[in-house]
Amino acid sequence: MISNIEITLKQDLRDAEGSALKKKADSYFGIKIDTARCVHIVTMETDLSQEDLDTSRQEIFTNPVTQISSLDPLDIPFDWCIWVGFRPGVKDNAGATAMEAVKDVLGKTFTADEGIYTSKRYCLTGEGLTREDVEKIAAEILSNAIIQQFKVFHKDEWDKKVGADVKPAKVILNHEPCFDIVNIDTDEMLAQISDERNLALNPRDIPVIRDYFLDEKVLNDRVEVGLSKPTDVELEYISQARSDHCNHNTFNGVFRYTDVETGETVIEDSLFKTYIKDPTLELKDKKDWVVSVLWDNAGVGTFDEDNNYVVTGETHNSPSNMEAYGGAITGIVGVYRDPMGTGLGSKLFMGSFGYCVGDVNYDGPLKPPLHPRRLLDGVIEGVKDGGNKSGVPTTFGQTLFDPGYMGKALVFVTALGIMPKTVDGKPSHEKTTSPGELIIMSGGRVGKDGIHGVTASSESYSENTPAGHVQIGDPYTQKKMHDFLLVCRDEGLIPFITDNGGGGLSSSVGESAMLSNGCEVWLEKVPLKYEGLDMWEIWVSESQERMTISVKPENLDRFMELSDLHEVESTVIGKYTDTGKLHIKYNDETCAYVDMDLLDKGFPAWEFDAVWTPPKTRGMTEPVISTPVDFNGILEEMLTRPNICSKEWIIRQYDHEVQGGSVVKPLVGVNHNIPSDASVTRPVLTSEKGLAFSQSLLPWYSKIDAYHMMTCTIDEAVRRLIAVGGSFDHIGGLDNFCWPNIGFDEKTNPDGKFKAAQLVRACRALKDTCMAYEIPLLSGKDSMYVDGHLEGPFGERTKVSALETVQFSATSVVDEVGKCVTLDPKIAGDLVYVMGETGDELGASEYYEMFGKTGLNVPQVDFSGSKVLYKALEKAIDKELVASCHAVARGGIGVHLAVMAMAGRLGLELDLDKIPVKDQADLTDEKLLFSESAGRFLLTVAPENKETFEKLCKGLPCACIGSVVDRHDRLKITGNKKTLVDLTVEALDTAFNKTFGEMI
Amino acid sequence: MNEVKALVLTGFGLNCDNETALAFEKAGARAHRVHINTLISGEERLEDYQILAFGGGFSWGDDHGAGVIQALKLKNNIGKDLLDFVEAGKLVIGICNGFQALVNLGLLPGLEGDYTKRSVAITYNDCGNFRDQWVRLAPNESSPCVFTKGLGLSDYPVRHGEGKVVAEPEVIETLVANNQVVFQYADQAGNPAGGAFPANPNGAVADIAGICDPTGRIFGLMPHPEAYNHFTSHPDWPRRKEEAKRKGKAPEEGITTGIKLFENGVNYIRETI
Repeated sequence: MISNIEITLKQDLRDAEGSALKKKADSYFGIKIDTARCVHIVTMETDLSQEDLDTSRQEIFTNPVTQISSLDPLDIPFDWCIWVGFRPGVKDNAGATAMEAVKDVLGKTFTADEGIYTSKRYCLTGEGLTREDVEKIAAEILSNAIIQQFKVFHKDEWDKKVGADVKPAKVILNHEPCFDIVNIDTDEMLAQISDERNLALNPRDIPVIRDYFLDEKVLNDRVEVGLSKPTDVELEYISQARSDHCNHNTFNGVFRYTDVETGETVIEDSLFKTYIKDPTLELKDKKDWVVSVLWDNAGVGTFDEDNNYVVTGETHNSPSNMEAYGGAITGIVGVYRDPMGTGLGSKLFMGSFGYCVGDVNYDGPLKPPLHPRRLLDGVIEGVKDGGNKSGVPTTFGQTLFDPGYMGKALVFVTALGIMPKTVDGKPSHEKTTSPGELIIMSGGRVGKDGIHGVTASSESYSENTPAGHVQIGDPYTQKKMHDFLLVCRDEGLIPFITDNGGGGLSSSVGESAMLSNGCEVWLEKVPLKYEGLDMWEIWVSESQERMTISVKPENLDRFMELSDLHEVESTVIGKYTDTGKLHIKYNDETCAYVDMDLLDKGFPAWEFDAVWTPPKTRGMTEPVISTPVDFNGILEEMLTRPNICSKEWIIRQYDHEVQGGSVVKPLVGVNHNIPSDASVTRPVLTSEKGLAFSQSLLPWYSKIDAYHMMTCTIDEAVRRLIAVGGSFDHIGGLDNFCWPNIGFDEKTNPDGKFKAAQLVRACRALKDTCMAYEIPLLSGKDSMYVDGHLEGPFGERTKVSALETVQFSATSVVDEVGKCVTLDPKIAGDLVYVMGETGDELGASEYYEMFGKTGLNVPQVDFSGSKVLYKALEKAIDKELVASCHAVARGGIGVHLAVMAMAGRLGLELDLDKIPVKDQADLTDEKLLFSESAGRFLLTVAPENKETFEKLCKGLPCACIGSVVDRHDRLKITGNKKTLVDLTVEALDTAFNKTFGEMI
Repeated sequence: MNEVKALVLTGFGLNCDNETALAFEKAGARAHRVHINTLISGEERLEDYQILAFGGGFSWGDDHGAGVIQALKLKNNIGKDLLDFVEAGKLVIGICNGFQALVNLGLLPGLEGDYTKRSVAITYNDCGNFRDQWVRLAPNESSPCVFTKGLGLSDYPVRHGEGKVVAEPEVIETLVANNQVVFQYADQAGNPAGGAFPANPNGAVADIAGICDPTGRIFGLMPHPEAYNHFTSHPDWPRRKEEAKRKGKAPEEGITTGIKLFENGVNYIRETI
């Protein structure tokens, strides 16, 4: 029987959800709603008696103090009512917890046909509301057709007895599971199969695959298990393993790099090997603190004598561009599984975010799948629910805007974990599978989720077909699993663990079985969300919240006992062997049988042409703009710019101090509202040590040269770490590349060769910087197709590519957190210093961008100079000579002096003429103020420490440019004896909060 | 000296158990993190402890009202044990999600000795969003609450989307009259915020941040004292350290007001049981 329970807040209570909807309708579309109330609907398809239903309603779903509810539709007056519910198969977290509650309260067991589903309806009043308005609200604020469906009712259409008439969003497949035999007689046939089945096989891989399956020995082996030609399960396995996502074909490809200016032509064979792997291995030998790199789900570094930390990062771009909330929550919850699956498993202790989106006020002709404003709202909310509900603090994050990201917005998520150095006497960062061990899948169940990414369009759905392409992460299920697995780890029950991400079991089992050299999988054992999945679907499904674990048979009982205690579903789905075969069965019938070393069978490398034309040759020049007169106006304008201004509202939504280890928070200063350079966290609460973490994104410099984009990005991340008290001797790096398509095609990607050259240059810069600063790359990822084809007003589609972007994350260990420094000037009378040289480097700066210009003089990093300076500063901070310190970043010295003034709420009096400049150049005031030269800091020092500090900086570009005062609270900057800037802290604040200050 | 044993609940999406246990340890207790199911199975027994802590987190995802299913599960399975624990004069503290669970269990506000009635609710923040922010709290010196004796103005972080304490006007009046309102959100000077955002971060009626039962032995609050477990937890520590240094002093000495709150509870047990 189907019953609907409706619940709403008592009418005299403020409906926060309704208020948020009113606000969004007005700000997105100018639609005025008078009142909006939300009714929650719990749809129960069960055999429960009326009495039991009513018990559930009262005991579980209704708060007697704040809510009213009924098993009949609630009579809430409205002009229009919108019902919104999930499409079948979309993860309904609230429905799942409702079932847990009903099980407990009523002692009920649910059959496969029974279930609980949740949805909502919104009762709107408003004189002027039209059906068109209401449908717009339904389609563009309240729902996303990919995962949700809606119905709109006018008050005249509403039957008070029937209400929204909600039916269970249940998946019914009516399909007998099977596997197919695929005919591969010719290359063309296999290519056609690849197209039809969306396998995305590279044409150059096809002959290799055919050769394997047509090999006589292979054929003979296969006959033994009842197979001949390849099965769809096998081809799916190969397709997953050879995908760019899993195999990094681009970074392992061959690049023919030509510089048109010099005529230089070089063959770059594997950017990964040359610029990432080799330098990192070389540095690993030099740096004792590097524990494990380049092979596991995350890199591992030493935290203290007893613990190691684990770090990795991801992007979740494509799904987030289709369904922002679902994509982002799946992204953060997904990246949190990586540290859980690193070594024998680590405990998560922090995460971070990075969002790159288009103009949130865009009102031009192009139609991205989601408007940047809506996309940003959804992404922020997804990481909020995913991060907060995981119980992991989000301690750092950046949001930036550029029109290129309207083609594809970027969502970066980063995760850090901590684990004891040894578990059961063995090193925790080592793991392997051995023959005879059982393969266990723990966590969520398998459905048609994420199979082959986003393919179908919403129109093709029927009422009961699953909408599986975009998922909704379930942090609750994963948190239970996280706690459970740590107990298992500490009891020594886990010899191997890895997560299920891209490629699902195909990747996790396929890769882990290489260690034991074989496996046998029993697919019928895999618990499913609903019946009717084919074998290949079970094998490659990317359903979330799953880990693959190997357990020795003698430990199985204990493992399962703990699994039951934590109410985590765990299932034995096979065993590891040493047969050299990946052997997959379904009810004893073999559906895949391939050699474990199949993937080493000489698959060809991808090839790219890369042609570099230097910026000058491309016709880039410096713009001609004279020195402005109104510097107050310019500075205020700079502070309002989206890439500079306050984004406090985003950071406040994230729990940044759960776990109790917060030392330097993401927002600092007297009013706790200025973004800090880096975060510092104590992952081990009984220790005085801290983990400093920073990130940097400077994609604008790629407009001139991605080489300098890369060096400047890393330099900024390092500066940020040093500014809070990080150690230059211990800097771990994490490179996360997001690049537009680099495959040249005259029609579809005419600038592919240039973008390929930019990639080569960025990789060279990565190595140069990492070697100069001795930064091993603990982890890294790439996302290679950040382009979008956006529909225009005439039915045409225009390709919009993102800037060549790298998010660089850096980690360091602080020995004594009590010595950390924040950026706010603290005491009047302190002296203000600039460290590092300012040059004529406004190329691709925020200042030029404000005038719609790019320029040519992109900032360049002086590695050797900076290195000495950073070490000196580190020493000064360690000796507690520095009262505040801030890394100069986007916007230059002018913007960052303003940031410090706002943070300290004290006056600053400064003289530009004292700023150290490169090569004694005669720089104009706007260049001194807004040049974005790398390697610079602003700091304050107590007068009594002046001598010691200056001695320590002897011979370095470091100068006192003024002082902190309390006789006024103004930022006063002079140049050439004239007052350039004279603004109160209040005025700076107003500008800094003008753009997003209203957001909460 | 008697050993004071504190039980900190874990499992089902709770997430502040480690730092809550640490806070109890720093306060001189022996803290044990115990999974809710271990308590239900009887493998661990509530009666072996003197303090029970419901910590922060998102129990059961908070999908049907924060702390609701946690309260149901405990009431259903160990409801009597909980009442016996209270009856024995032992201490219960609920922080954030734990506070939400306590009001849904009815252990708070416990008016007229009824520890099963839900008469206070904690609902969605008026600002419409989850919020992480440090708040200043003014304790009620006349409150019977054992945890806040002599605490003075206290700064702790709030981190919640559902923190607005609401109840019928007569319930609020009774809570105020009984001095069961333990903590109020306050401005910088320590005066009640008067509902002003962001000093009162969620719009709680009467600026209520925490309440106790009439005996003062059951205490629930939205802010997180366990998050102030080290001098560097406080957002102003770098400035305070610098100011102290200029006066020739070391940074803050002794335990934080966060740990002090737990210590009050531990000392109470030591003195009474």
